[in-house]
Amino acid sequence: MSLPSCLRSGIERRALGAGLLAVALLRPARAERPGLREAVLGFTGGAEPAEGGVTLDIPPLVENGNTVPVTIAVESPMTEEAHVRRIALFNERNPQPHVVTARLGPRAGRARLSTRMRLATSQRLVAVAEMSDGSFRSANADVIVTLAACVES
Amino acid sequence: MARVLINLPRTARRGEVVEIRTLIQHVMETGYRPGADGVVAPRDIITGFTCVYNNEEVFAAELAPAIAANPFLSFSLVAAESGILAFTWTGDNGFEQTETRSLTVT
Repeated sequence: MSLPSCLRSGIERRALGAGLLAVALLRPARAERPGLREAVLGFTGGAEPAEGGVTLDIPPLVENGNTVPVTIAVESPMTEEAHVRRIALFNERNPQPHVVTARLGPRAGRARLSTRMRLATSQRLVAVAEMSDGSFRSANADVIVTLAACVES
Repeated sequence: MARVLINLPRTARRGEVVEIRTLIQHVMETGYRPGADGVVAPRDIITGFTCVYNNEEVFAAELAPAIAANPFLSFSLVAAESGILAFTWTGDNGFEQTETRSLTVT
């Protein structure tokens, strides 16, 4: 004999509630990583980077998130007086915000860095450069990923 | 020993900015991926890279798991004098590998 409909719907509702609760409990575990903004401010030591002067070159539409070419170039004469000290790249939705931090100086000649990165999903990327006068500059880019880097499997 | 590809010119004029491209064979296991048995594979990545030109560091990088397998890095330096370039990769589980190339400056 089947359960009375009111009781059954109560059970279903409870099961649904438990499911939602499980999702609600699991979500924060993924969201525990520091956000993009916190990561950038952690790099700059709390200073707000100024937009501009940095070029973040990444394909806007990526088919395979496992290996995505990315190039960061900073406008700088790269002399002893005025050069780029560090360049960092941060992401919004990978398990960790940090991608790469480079240390360079006037002997690098050009403030330019290329690498290949993983993208877990469509997201925003921020490149930050620390100049020799202590100021920070940034650039951001939005990327759409159709096949994500294998985070789950 | 992991296989390494380093692309740089053999000779350069003094003061010229030369581009260097490096690639090292490495799985860059993120530490987030479960294997076939459902157990998450422990992290095994390259965490650091340095380029030393005649005993002076010209470029260094810290890498995170977000860097793709077989990490590729491209950067540049000013050809100041003839000498030796030493490229060192360090990583998890005591990984360390150094490769040297000579650069002749005319």
